[in-house]
Amino acid sequence: MNYKLRDNLIEKFFLLNGIIVILILLGIFLILLTNSWPAIRSIGISEFFTSARWNPTAYGGDNEYGILAKIISTLMVTFGSMIIAVPLGVAAAAYLSEVASIRVRSILKPALEILASIPSVVIGFLGIVVFGPLIAQTFNLPHGLNAINGSIALAIMALPTIISLSEDALSSVPEEYRKASLGLGANRWQTLTRVTIPASLSGIFAAVMLGMGRAIGETMAVLMATGNAPRMPSSFFSSVQTMTATIAIELGEVPYYTEHYHALFVIGLVLFIMTFLVNLASDIILHRYRREE
Amino acid sequence: MKKVSLVLLVALFFSMLLSGGVEANVIEIRGSDTQVNLVGNFAEAYMDKNPEVMISVTGGGSGTGISGLINSSIDLANVSRLISEDELDQAHDRGVEPSRVIIALDALSVITHPDNPVEELTLAEIGDIFRGDITNWADVGGKNQEINLYGRQSNSGTYVYFRENVVKADFSDDKMRMNGNAQIVEGVKSDSSAIGYVGVGYTVTEGEVVEGLNLISVALEEGKPFVTPLDPDNVAAGLYPLARPLHHYSDGTPQGVLAEYIDFVLSEEGQQIAVDSGFYPITEEFEEINRENLGQ
Repeated sequence: MNYKLRDNLIEKFFLLNGIIVILILLGIFLILLTNSWPAIRSIGISEFFTSARWNPTAYGGDNEYGILAKIISTLMVTFGSMIIAVPLGVAAAAYLSEVASIRVRSILKPALEILASIPSVVIGFLGIVVFGPLIAQTFNLPHGLNAINGSIALAIMALPTIISLSEDALSSVPEEYRKASLGLGANRWQTLTRVTIPASLSGIFAAVMLGMGRAIGETMAVLMATGNAPRMPSSFFSSVQTMTATIAIELGEVPYYTEHYHALFVIGLVLFIMTFLVNLASDIILHRYRREE
Repeated sequence: MKKVSLVLLVALFFSMLLSGGVEANVIEIRGSDTQVNLVGNFAEAYMDKNPEVMISVTGGGSGTGISGLINSSIDLANVSRLISEDELDQAHDRGVEPSRVIIALDALSVITHPDNPVEELTLAEIGDIFRGDITNWADVGGKNQEINLYGRQSNSGTYVYFRENVVKADFSDDKMRMNGNAQIVEGVKSDSSAIGYVGVGYTVTEGEVVEGLNLISVALEEGKPFVTPLDPDNVAAGLYPLARPLHHYSDGTPQGVLAEYIDFVLSEEGQQIAVDSGFYPITEEFEEINRENLGQ
């Protein structure tokens, strides 16, 4: 009886926690929506997506609120970082889980955790003083504060997530799969690429999506590394200003409850919807994939 | 035994809370990034002489300082421009009465890379460059290379001062919005076609230009002499066109500890700290404004 009651209470406790998380999510969404609504009403939603320029404190007073350049900058930097981080991350995970000796693992795993704990300002600073000049030299540019620099900074930040989650996924593939594959005469490389990785693809996919979620919302490192020129980017060598950087830079200074203030919340809302869609898409793909399994 | 010590701890905690509330010897200063080092030096010197006072100085930009003052979350705002009409209105709406004290002079420096042969520019040329009307160094007597613009973000007093007094229009969209003076300096050092603007404290140490930078001499207009901010006499005599006052804004006329601190800043000793930090002492004209605002 006593045990039953305790079980019951514990179950309720976990349910409560689950509900609280959902409520927090809903609360954030509602705050974003109510705070951006005045700007949507007074400026009009189309202005945000059709105007070419973001200039909320214009010299003459003709404020403009175009966020298209920021959305494109954010997507460029995020996908750039994934192009760098995914192959590196999956390869490192495969090495850790399939090849590395226990000794090597015992050094690499903690090193990875330390990498994850480096504050983003430090990575941003490295972007300015190390990667920037390096990029400038390699591509013969006058300076290296551009989308590629931001991508590298974000790739470094997304790598630990991608590696450790992919490694978990690879390790959870049953040993029998590998043994069967090796028994059929496949070598280790063939086993890895044709059996182990496909079998853990859903987990690796989730790892990449989580890494991407981290990258799309990261602020400080991109703020420092990308140069923050608000113009529409023309290539990966352009200085770009991402959505997060705009909010971080301008929200500290903006007078409260003005059009500019509410417009910043619109950027936040659009960012929220973007990350939500990324997560939703990954969820749908994951489920479909699992069913096929 | 354990319980007793716990009670003691709790009692100690509350007494600390209470005493913290009674003695208001904490001064919180926030705002201009240009002024962070300068005011940090003021604060350290003042705390050395008055150990019972705690002063914390943080940056974030002049706009951040003013919103802090309006929201009553700080005691003094560091502001490297004048407070705007909008900000004054907002402050009055909340019952805050911003009062201005000039604490030092800054000569806004225009910096380039040492490989760039351009040494002198007129104010109008600098404006054209940052507006995006001149985009090649060849147009102002330099090499044939595209100009890269480095400046501050919109909550910076330096950004506002430069826009109102030099650019007189919106900045070019190509201008990189750097998050602090130090970042602009780092950017310009590594970019041979860069131009940037920063507080003089970031470009000069002990009367010499920081290595890796070139300090542009500026003329008010065509035909006028080109003046360098390196010579303090140029700034004191009002010859350098980009000299500007740096401020503390307080809510109402400063009282008590705040007033004592400000007296220290304006004293000869305080002004020497300003000079040691790479800035310039306030001139007669600004001393007059201070006397008026402080009711002396």
